[in-house]
Amino acid sequence: MIQGVQIDMISAERVSKMTSYEKIRLILDDVHQGCVVVLEKGLTPEEQGKLLEATMMEITPGAFSGIEIETYPASDNRGVFTKLFGKKSQAPRLMVIGPVDQLKMLSKEKDRLIAWASAAQ
Amino acid sequence: MAKFKLFRSFFGKLFGKKRSRVGIYGPPNAGKTTLANRIVRDATGEAIGPVSEIPHETRRARRKEGLEVSSGGSKMMIDIVDTPGVTTKIDYHEFLEYGMDQDEAVARAREATEGVAEAMHWLREDIDGVIYVLDSTQDPFMHVNIMMVGIIESRKLPVIIVANKIDLPDASPQRIKSAFPQHPVVEISGLEGNNMDALYAKMEEVFR
Repeated sequence: MIQGVQIDMISAERVSKMTSYEKIRLILDDVHQGCVVVLEKGLTPEEQGKLLEATMMEITPGAFSGIEIETYPASDNRGVFTKLFGKKSQAPRLMVIGPVDQLKMLSKEKDRLIAWASAAQ
Repeated sequence: MAKFKLFRSFFGKLFGKKRSRVGIYGPPNAGKTTLANRIVRDATGEAIGPVSEIPHETRRARRKEGLEVSSGGSKMMIDIVDTPGVTTKIDYHEFLEYGMDQDEAVARAREATEGVAEAMHWLREDIDGVIYVLDSTQDPFMHVNIMMVGIIESRKLPVIIVANKIDLPDASPQRIKSAFPQHPVVEISGLEGNNMDALYAKMEEVFR
């Protein structure tokens, strides 16, 4: 039997059809099972806040210690209109989320994330 | 914009605009309570809460109302809310390293998770402006910082980033400035009280 960690890669199209609650539930259910979730299109700041709150409610000392979460820095590909009016794009980019005791981010660059994942113990 | 500010200021004075409620946010051990104590002491001579090197010493949001912050010749009234450190993970084993027994460490972890959720609730419902405190000796690009500043921006709350602990030899406030170029960054030492006047002047400018 292959030992390892399950990676759940979810397309932007699939995520776009889900409500915020459904996204957060999907992520936390996967993470509780020891999976690493890769979202092609990451959560909005509001959704990240809700994920953080939900994570805190589900932390159980000795069983679940929380999540590791990382994304590329926001893209600066702004159009003329947004540059003119100074509104920053909040479009989230690829996002990686996993159990904190199994996923460790090693480095983060503009367009590159390097992570190390281990199987649940 | 200037006309709008003038309008708001005029009607605020006329009808007694409520005081701004300023939340002090940041990751654990950034010096939030030390800064809150400094601000409250400067205004009233009292303290808001205990500080500790053990993470998550503050596990409940604490509010101090009606503080007069003065800068130059002008004054403003604010409420300060000192919040628990925001993080995406809390492992009770971390507290064992500080000499706690297992029951104490587990209890602290439970309270800390509730505290983080409470801090997020305050941010969603009851905060008018944010002082986001970062330890100048640490990496400011941690996801929790980027996420929190993103949440604050999405709520359109005025924010000041504080580069704290500049009294330490390996402090690098410049890294914080380069991480958040879109927001005002004030370099201080909450512990030593360095540069607090600059922070009060910026608070007056941003939160009034």
